Amino acid sequence: MMGRSDDPCAHCEEVMQPYLDHILSDEERREAETHLDECDWCRRRYKFEESLRRYVRQAVSEPMPVELKEKLAALRIPLN
Amino acid sequence: MTAVAEAPSDATRIAADARDRVRFEEEALELSDQVYRVARHLAGSREDAEELVQETYARAFRSWRSYQPGTNLRAWLLRILTNLNIDRGRRAQRAPQMQALEANDYFLYDKLAESDGELTDEERVVERLSQDDIVSALSAVPHDFRDVLVLVDIGDFSYQDAAQILDIPIGTVMSRLHRGRRILKRELAETFVEEGT
Repeated sequence: MMGRSDDPCAHCEEVMQPYLDHILSDEERREAETHLDECDWCRRRYKFEESLRRYVRQAVSEPMPVELKEKLAALRIPLN
Repeated sequence: MTAVAEAPSDATRIAADARDRVRFEEEALELSDQVYRVARHLAGSREDAEELVQETYARAFRSWRSYQPGTNLRAWLLRILTNLNIDRGRRAQRAPQMQALEANDYFLYDKLAESDGELTDEERVVERLSQDDIVSALSAVPHDFRDVLVLVDIGDFSYQDAAQILDIPIGTVMSRLHRGRRILKRELAETFVEEGT
């Protein structure tokens, strides 16, 4: 099934992070997309990873406390 | 002669200086939400993050002249912040030796699929993880990996910016990011399994 370097799904897993980071070369990207078009197994996992990244970002984003904002403004150096 | 005639007076120079400083402070303050969002997860707790952000701004306002206008101010502020974080001893924990990491990149997905048959909606399945699960899984990622993960995946910094902020080579950013993401997924999978059983 997978886990062998000559397995296209294993290769697709190897390039998932760089693919989602948009750092693959055009050729590598095309190769990955060709595989993703044909392979539901990999496509599901890519979609999941993409959603996970978005979800994590939202989940950990906390608004800054208003009091902190005020404290920071108070740190400004007064004009003489 | 013309040089003398065009030389700004002291008063003009002081006024220009004050104007530059005020502009710097305003621009820095506009970024404070973004700085806090990253600081919150670089520091161990909310309180630590608040202190760290205050120290960062106090230092930035004092040393504003060392900022080069036109460069990335957010990265400049984060560089101060990460250095302060290290100075404060929050980084006593060294990067662990390369621990065996059986988890591959699909580890979390496979765990979720295992417990629930084949997943039908990848975009919704993540919602099974609660906000608290994610925050605590992130805090369980060792510092060196978490710093990169937080800067790139939460702070939206480029690899290059993260490398400059943390003063590490870009290749190290990439490898730590890759591992950091896997560790995070492993932590999330463990949380999910614990809750599910």
